[in-house]
Amino acid sequence: MARRDRIAAGSAFVAAAAAAFVLPDWMISLATIALANGLVVLGLIVMWRAGLVSFGQALYYCMGGYAVALLGRWAGVTDAFLLVLVGGLSAAVVSFLVGFLLARYREIFFAMLSLALSMILYGLLVKTESLGSTDGLNVIVPTFLGYAPHREKLLVALYLLVVVVCAAAALLTHAYFRSLAGALAIPVRDNEIRVEFLGMSVSRLIHTKLVISGMLAGIGGALAALAVGHVDPNMSYWTTSGEFVFITILAGAGSVGAAFVGSLAFESVRSFAFAMLPQLWQMLLGSVLLLTILFLPQGLGSLIKRLHWGRGAKAP
Amino acid sequence: MSVLSAFAVLIDGLVYAAYLFIVAIGLTLIFGVMKILNVAHGSFFTFGAYGAASAVGIYFNRGLPDAGGYLLMVLFAMALGLVLGLILERGIMRWVYGRDEVVMVLVTYAAFLILEDVVILVWGPGSYATYQPLLAAGNIEIGELVVSNYDLGLIAAAAVLAAIYYWALKFTRYGRLLTAVIFDRETAAAFGINVRVVYTVTFVIGAMLGALGGAIMAPKIAVTLGIGVEVIVLAFAVVAIGGMGSIEGALAGALIVGICRAATVHLVPQVELFVIYAVMALVLMIRPYGLFVRAQPRKI
Amino acid sequence: MLFGGSARGRACCWLVLFVSWLGVVPTQAQNAPSGGTVKLGIVSFLTGPAAAPFGIPGRNGAEIMIEAMNAGKVPAPFNKPGFGGSTIEAKYIDETGSTANVVTEFRNLVQRDQVDAVVGYVSSGSCLAVTPVAEELRALTVLYDCGTPRIFEEKPRSYVFRVSPHATMDNVAAARYLLAKKSDVTSYSGINQNYAWGQDSWRDFTAAMQVLAPNVAVDKVLFPKLFAGEYGAEISTLLTSKSQVLHTSFYDGDLEAFIYQGQARALDKRMTIIATTGEAAIWRLRDKMPSGTIVGARGPHGPLAPDSEFNRWFQKIYSDRYSIPPTYPAYQMAMSLLGLKLAYEKAKTEKDKTGEAKPTTDEVAAAFKGIEFEGPSGSVKLAIGDGHQGISETAYGTYRFNKEKNEPEIVDIVRFPAECVNPPAGVKADDWIKGGMKGAKC
Repeated sequence: MARRDRIAAGSAFVAAAAAAFVLPDWMISLATIALANGLVVLGLIVMWRAGLVSFGQALYYCMGGYAVALLGRWAGVTDAFLLVLVGGLSAAVVSFLVGFLLARYREIFFAMLSLALSMILYGLLVKTESLGSTDGLNVIVPTFLGYAPHREKLLVALYLLVVVVCAAAALLTHAYFRSLAGALAIPVRDNEIRVEFLGMSVSRLIHTKLVISGMLAGIGGALAALAVGHVDPNMSYWTTSGEFVFITILAGAGSVGAAFVGSLAFESVRSFAFAMLPQLWQMLLGSVLLLTILFLPQGLGSLIKRLHWGRGAKAP
Repeated sequence: MSVLSAFAVLIDGLVYAAYLFIVAIGLTLIFGVMKILNVAHGSFFTFGAYGAASAVGIYFNRGLPDAGGYLLMVLFAMALGLVLGLILERGIMRWVYGRDEVVMVLVTYAAFLILEDVVILVWGPGSYATYQPLLAAGNIEIGELVVSNYDLGLIAAAAVLAAIYYWALKFTRYGRLLTAVIFDRETAAAFGINVRVVYTVTFVIGAMLGALGGAIMAPKIAVTLGIGVEVIVLAFAVVAIGGMGSIEGALAGALIVGICRAATVHLVPQVELFVIYAVMALVLMIRPYGLFVRAQPRKI
Repeated sequence: MLFGGSARGRACCWLVLFVSWLGVVPTQAQNAPSGGTVKLGIVSFLTGPAAAPFGIPGRNGAEIMIEAMNAGKVPAPFNKPGFGGSTIEAKYIDETGSTANVVTEFRNLVQRDQVDAVVGYVSSGSCLAVTPVAEELRALTVLYDCGTPRIFEEKPRSYVFRVSPHATMDNVAAARYLLAKKSDVTSYSGINQNYAWGQDSWRDFTAAMQVLAPNVAVDKVLFPKLFAGEYGAEISTLLTSKSQVLHTSFYDGDLEAFIYQGQARALDKRMTIIATTGEAAIWRLRDKMPSGTIVGARGPHGPLAPDSEFNRWFQKIYSDRYSIPPTYPAYQMAMSLLGLKLAYEKAKTEKDKTGEAKPTTDEVAAAFKGIEFEGPSGSVKLAIGDGHQGISETAYGTYRFNKEKNEPEIVDIVRFPAECVNPPAGVKADDWIKGGMKGAKC
């Protein structure tokens, strides 16, 4: 990793961690949820580099969340690290199984099939009264390797956990992008058949990416469940997936940090819209996003340049 | 299952299929020609429904003949669709042509969010009831079953629409132009077809069809906020099943989903919630591009 | 690569982020309340399909009630201006969005805007999510509409209150009314939305019917999707059923659509419909609501409210402002605010005889516990849920459209005392019904 980038990453991490002790409580809680969502967006970026957009990440997000809720409720597990790990793993298992089916599809049909699967989970959860149906379940208060904080300390602890997990995920994903499998994403997006002729298995590559993004979404869902304290089937609804895709486009799929920055920006804008225009916040959100797409391409612009003309795609 | 139940399933299936078809046809047209998955289609539906509500509200309370009410409702909604389609296409869409497919989808999503709140600004957050056309049509009894004439009219309307569409696409000059553009935009442009104009016209027709769907459904449902959201997903599912850009596909998809859903409600009501998604997943597993798909040349 | 391909891209990213946070911070600065005012956060659906039937009437009820309170115009014993002299300031927030949004906005209200209390929430999902956060933040919260009994059954609460009775009594009373008026019923069917509200309503109704009339059979059990809007197949199924009665907990939009579609196919001629939340729709459906429909209002609200000075006063101020009579969400909001006001003033009087100092949240919570009062919906007492959950009587009636007066009316009203249709303290609602509704005093 270039030295400049290393300094930037390091200072961002320190700043984020330090912010926990400076910012007011409501900002910390907002940032926690935003960063957890940023993990899902990171997963979407992994897939988008290969040309796939999934409208069904909510499936894994929801799985991660419910895994945490159920583990806490039925097995009494409260350790946050364990809960998040299990959340991520359960989502990874599901994405591994689902991947056998999904890896065969591309473009819009990939999007639609992934959407269909997440809506099937939604339907199943709504039908199941023992899981609370649409009322959902409350999540237990987490502990951290024996340390059991309350109130403000809990908030800060959760926030720091999320920051650490996001940093780890960012580093690992960045390393993945620099590996062969990660670097092959762009050739796969451009022309799969040539990649096949080169001797690589495209479907195996895509399957791997599906599992990675599924796991990231599951971890994000688990963290969000702990932060919000409640899970419900709406986590699997297509509008949730749509939001994640939106943030991805906003952030631009070119870089790892953009996932978290974009997510923070989106949550802030939404909160702002809610506070300013209680009945017209959708319009504000839609306008901001439209204007961003039209006039402030930023990540969008550099992404599109790379997509269509392959220019500016320097090695990371 | 008794004969009457089977008949009920058939009728219900056809009614639901008619609803889905009218809604999906505009979406599949826009996708076929412009390769844009138009999320704002839900907004066209919503505006059509609210427009019909306003028209019905003005008309039916004056004691004028019923038939005029139906016509007014449809025309008013389609006019709204026309205006809205034009504004959207000329105002927003044309700035983003040529960009990534997903970016286009998100532009339409942004437009959808904005339009949802425009509805609140124009019509307020309350819900509207436009039941007069539904009740005025009466009903007929078939054994124990009572079928509303409005529903039968819906089936007829969908059939007529399908027929017009098919004829227009196959036998008019413009229809053949459209087919050419659907097949291969570049070659069509090379042949001198003004693709930009075709885009605008297509988008506007799609908008009008969406609005028509809303207008026709308005008397049956409560016209309230959020009807657009439900409709989008249904339309997407039907189009995905049938194959994007294919009119026969939309018809087939609508029929399959309609009859499956009707059968589920009568026989196994518990799974009704996700039958449409299950059907979509199943179809896509067997035919990855939908039922009626055009052969795509492979790029090496 | 880590932060964007171009310096310009990166800069733009940070600019957007910074500007949006900048927009949020000033609102915080402006929102620190002064000593002489009480700040309330009012949360209900302002957008989306639940806005028109529940969220907006709730919001309007709050607005009109707060205005009347600040002007000191509410009938005694609520005639002190504001809350014990302090002017009430209200901030209205939309309940729409995912649970994460709802919880975030709740935290924003409490921590960023520093409201003294939050009154709101229509969706049971929101209530369940917000309750632990309210307890954690020690924020006084009054839930006004959501129906799930789980709030106070899962755990004892200190800062969360609900003046409105929960949804169990709606369906128990429906069963009792049905059997009182139509004792010859042999079979019933149900059509409820396939989500928690519909599932819970159906479960409570069938369980109550099972206890009160075990010989009556259940025929068709339909659970269409929430906001499906189109019920052709369901109506066909019901037309082929032999039931005399149909139970539904559908509300406004879906209820209207179902009624119209049912009327178009003469369903109402075959079956009597029990609409547990039907009251909210009668002013819109008017002559289209079939006469003979059994109608509930989630409690003694609207035309089912006991006739009193207070009720008439509330109906007048509401209809004068909003040109439509208040429906039950407006009543529920009004009762919730009255309860809060009473608790506040009680705490204030106990704390400081001169009536100047502001009571703390703990003091108000202590005063709120077990409170009892009379409002436009009659009397309510916070008797269960360890003094946090209200119970009141309820009423059901039969709908008629009065052609001479050209007005909807509800006749044949039967009132059920609170202890008849609510579980006793310490017993879970579900268990109580299944156990035969022991201790019911009817």
